Amino acid sequence: MTDGFQRRRGGGTVATFTGFEADLLRSLASQLVELLRNEVAAPKSGDDPLEELLDFSGPTTEPEDPVLARLFPTAYPHDEEAAGEFRRFTEGTLRDHKAQNAGEVIETLEEAGLPPELEEEGLVVDVELDPAGSVTWMKSFTDIRLALATRLGIEEGDEEYWLDLPDEDPRAHVYDIYQWVGYLQQTLVDALSRSR
Amino acid sequence: MAAVSAPTPVEVEQPDTDDLTVLDRPWVTIVWNDPVNLMNYVTYVFQTYFGYSKKKAEKLMLEVHNDGKSVVSDGSREEMERDVQAMHEYGLWATIEKQDA
Repeated sequence: MTDGFQRRRGGGTVATFTGFEADLLRSLASQLVELLRNEVAAPKSGDDPLEELLDFSGPTTEPEDPVLARLFPTAYPHDEEAAGEFRRFTEGTLRDHKAQNAGEVIETLEEAGLPPELEEEGLVVDVELDPAGSVTWMKSFTDIRLALATRLGIEEGDEEYWLDLPDEDPRAHVYDIYQWVGYLQQTLVDALSRSR
Repeated sequence: MAAVSAPTPVEVEQPDTDDLTVLDRPWVTIVWNDPVNLMNYVTYVFQTYFGYSKKKAEKLMLEVHNDGKSVVSDGSREEMERDVQAMHEYGLWATIEKQDA
């Protein structure tokens, strides 16, 4: 089992994963990419069909999926119009960046030796990240954790509830994964903070 | 900008300095608490993005954690929109508000 991230000599970070762990990270990152590209970022339907057709600049209303709504929060909670404008100009870019970040995680894992289909037992995947790559992974871990937490319905201070779930409850397994990515995130931030 | 024509004032009021500060930096970026983001991560983001000292970044992080929210920057509307977008890039839950006068 991985010890998480350590600071790399000369900047950046390193981590060693088992094949299973690397495969799990790839699967989480892939699901994130799929979600980000899934629900089309469509503009709000208005009264003028021509205006609607010509308006492909970006969405103006909050995404329906709760995970996407958390990844792209409403910037002006008390001003719908300003919130719509802000969303129109930012959500597309944010979506692209978050998908790119998750894509980079997948790419790095595969370049480090994770095969398309994990078959080999005892596979070890050594990941080496430069400072920029470390920040990309850190952001993507955040997005993955936000997605898992939103799906589970995690709230402040409810750790006991999740830890008390019986093993056969599938949410217990998802919570373990959420905690594990949190551990990776913690070690990654610590490693980066020390190198500053 | 909307302009309102006012009657000729009899007396010119002197604005106090508090008003001036608000007029100068009328918008704020607020970061809200969430059950997901790690304390060391939030501190890291405040340090690296805003260039705050570790002490200031930790103070703001603890405000978010304990009080549910914290004002992390102030300035023009454009500047605050940039900050909020950056916070969303980092996965922090940030909003913009007009500073209380």
